[in-house]
Amino acid sequence: MRFIRKVFAIVAKDVAAELHTREILSAMLVFSLLALFVFSFALDLRGAMARAAAPGVLWATAAFAGILGLSRSLAREQQTGCIDGLLLAPVDRSAIFFGKALGNLIFMVVIEVALLPLFSALFDVPLLQPEVLAVTALGTVGYAAAGTLLAAIAVNTRAREVMLPVLLLPLAFPALIAAVQATGELLEGSTLADVGGWVRLLVVYDLLILAVSMLTFGYVVEE
Amino acid sequence: MIEAHGLIKSFGPRAALDGVDLTVERGECVTVVGPNGAGKTTLLRILATLTRPTSGTVRIGGLDPNRTGSEVRRLIGFLSHRTLLYEDMTAEQNLRFYARMYDLEDGPARVDELLGQVGLADRRHDLVRTFSRGMQQRLAVARALLHRPPLLLLDEPYTGLDPQASRSLTDLLTGLAGEGCTILLTTHDLDQGLAVGQRVVVLARGRVVYDERREAIGAEGFVEMYHRLTG
Repeated sequence: MRFIRKVFAIVAKDVAAELHTREILSAMLVFSLLALFVFSFALDLRGAMARAAAPGVLWATAAFAGILGLSRSLAREQQTGCIDGLLLAPVDRSAIFFGKALGNLIFMVVIEVALLPLFSALFDVPLLQPEVLAVTALGTVGYAAAGTLLAAIAVNTRAREVMLPVLLLPLAFPALIAAVQATGELLEGSTLADVGGWVRLLVVYDLLILAVSMLTFGYVVEE
Repeated sequence: MIEAHGLIKSFGPRAALDGVDLTVERGECVTVVGPNGAGKTTLLRILATLTRPTSGTVRIGGLDPNRTGSEVRRLIGFLSHRTLLYEDMTAEQNLRFYARMYDLEDGPARVDELLGQVGLADRRHDLVRTFSRGMQQRLAVARALLHRPPLLLLDEPYTGLDPQASRSLTDLLTGLAGEGCTILLTTHDLDQGLAVGQRVVVLARGRVVYDERREAIGAEGFVEMYHRLTG
């Protein structure tokens, strides 16, 4: 119970700080909208072509918008030594990880909630269906978890803005591929059972990343 | 309260600490002085469980930080020249967040009490980034004292403070020492070190080169000896 209370204290802290500055959400939202409109007008896709391209465009936009938020979220902890404040508290290191990852997940979900209806309208694809939303949720969980762990590593390097995508995109590759493939097939009319292989890959990826992050986050942030 | 034996901390080929032995009794106020790069911050970070030593042992309140990290961290209040405060949150939000992290049952009341003590009650709803350096450090003191720690580790706490704020901090530390709080403070300012500590330890090149009670130290002789010991 204490563990969960501390996780939510960290989430509430991140949300409170964001409500004062709005710097993470505004950067993610502006990037997402720009990417969406650029892709939409540059590719001028319709019908089957739109359904084929939409998953890739959607996940590329979400992945790069996510990087902006992840990088800033951990940089905020580093700014005035706040990460030391967290490490000094009598709290399990994995609670710090879950708190930060959950906060990052919330920011990504907020952006996706704004992005998906617009995306559906501009590309004329039915993204707002429960199966697609479930795949989006699974992909986002794994991406936010992997991103939180790697952002904690990247934030201590000199070129942190460059380092995070260099580390994260290869690690998130399986989740991104599975999410793109599952979304694409669902848009072509497949059912969740038809894309069961991709969904299972996403679930296994999420569990693995969460377990590895939970075990290693302490070592990453301590030194 | 603190027992450190044979502490070595290496960063690559360079040893920041090279076999430090240090014992601090309960209720003692000890100042560690030394030039920049002597290993003061590294020593405090190891004692605060923020950094692991390459070798050597540490006991805080008789507990091993490697085995009972959370219990040890409850005993420690840590203050450094970095405030460990979220600048994009208000003073009250910062303290309430840390109160939740330390499971304080009287969190809101304790936050009110400390904001009053450090003279920031009327600025409680202001963002920390709008505070002056002195006000931020006062809030950092409140953060460090929030969970009533019996041990205070202070790393260059006077950095960036004006004379008035420095005097307030010295008064606060003297008061806490009088109440039985154990204090270990690092500084490169010899006058400040002699003013606060009951015992003075000189650290040079990662080693303890001098350890004496303040009564046994003559101010002028100490300065001369300090320069000789630290090269």
